[in-house]
Amino acid sequence: MDTLQQLHPVWQAAIAIALVAGGLFAMVGAIGLLRFPDFYMRLHAPTKATTLGVGGVLLASLFITWSGGGFGLHEVLITLFVFITAPVSANLLAQAALHLRVPSKAGDAPPVDGQA
Amino acid sequence: MIVWALDFATVAVGLALVLCVWRLLRGPEAPDRVLALDTMYVNVVALVVLLGIRHGSDLYFEAALLIALLGFAATVALARYLSRGDIIE
Repeated sequence: MDTLQQLHPVWQAAIAIALVAGGLFAMVGAIGLLRFPDFYMRLHAPTKATTLGVGGVLLASLFITWSGGGFGLHEVLITLFVFITAPVSANLLAQAALHLRVPSKAGDAPPVDGQA
Repeated sequence: MIVWALDFATVAVGLALVLCVWRLLRGPEAPDRVLALDTMYVNVVALVVLLGIRHGSDLYFEAALLIALLGFAATVALARYLSRGDIIE
């Protein structure tokens, strides 16, 4: 904490903005997960907003590493992994929901894989 | 300023986790619960990274990477189980 407060004010501002944006995005994603009316809408909130929330926090961490002269391989790895896997898991969950015929506000789910 | 931002982000991510627990308990369908669990994994990664920033340690990033890997594997396994009935065919 003390080393953070001794950084250049520009670095401090960039880190603070990334942290606040990340926290806000994570909150918005969770509120969407809680408040949207059906599963297919709820799928949309965490996959986009929460991924951006993690992205903001990791960006802040990346700024801290850069301000110390490091490269930040850990942060880049976590960011890449989260950003690649979030759409894949959302797609698999949507397939599972269609298979289980979870009700949608847009009407009935179409048959999957020709299984009527 | 930076300490305030760190506190704000920690509280926001913690609150997001509580909201996810609410959705996890409420359902109503099985995919809803799996989605809530997946969101919780992503939020925990953010929380662990925030702890790493606060304590100035690199060790936390290894834990965050492990949690991200396990979370993806868990979500894939649960989604496969819901759509196919078994995980390994």
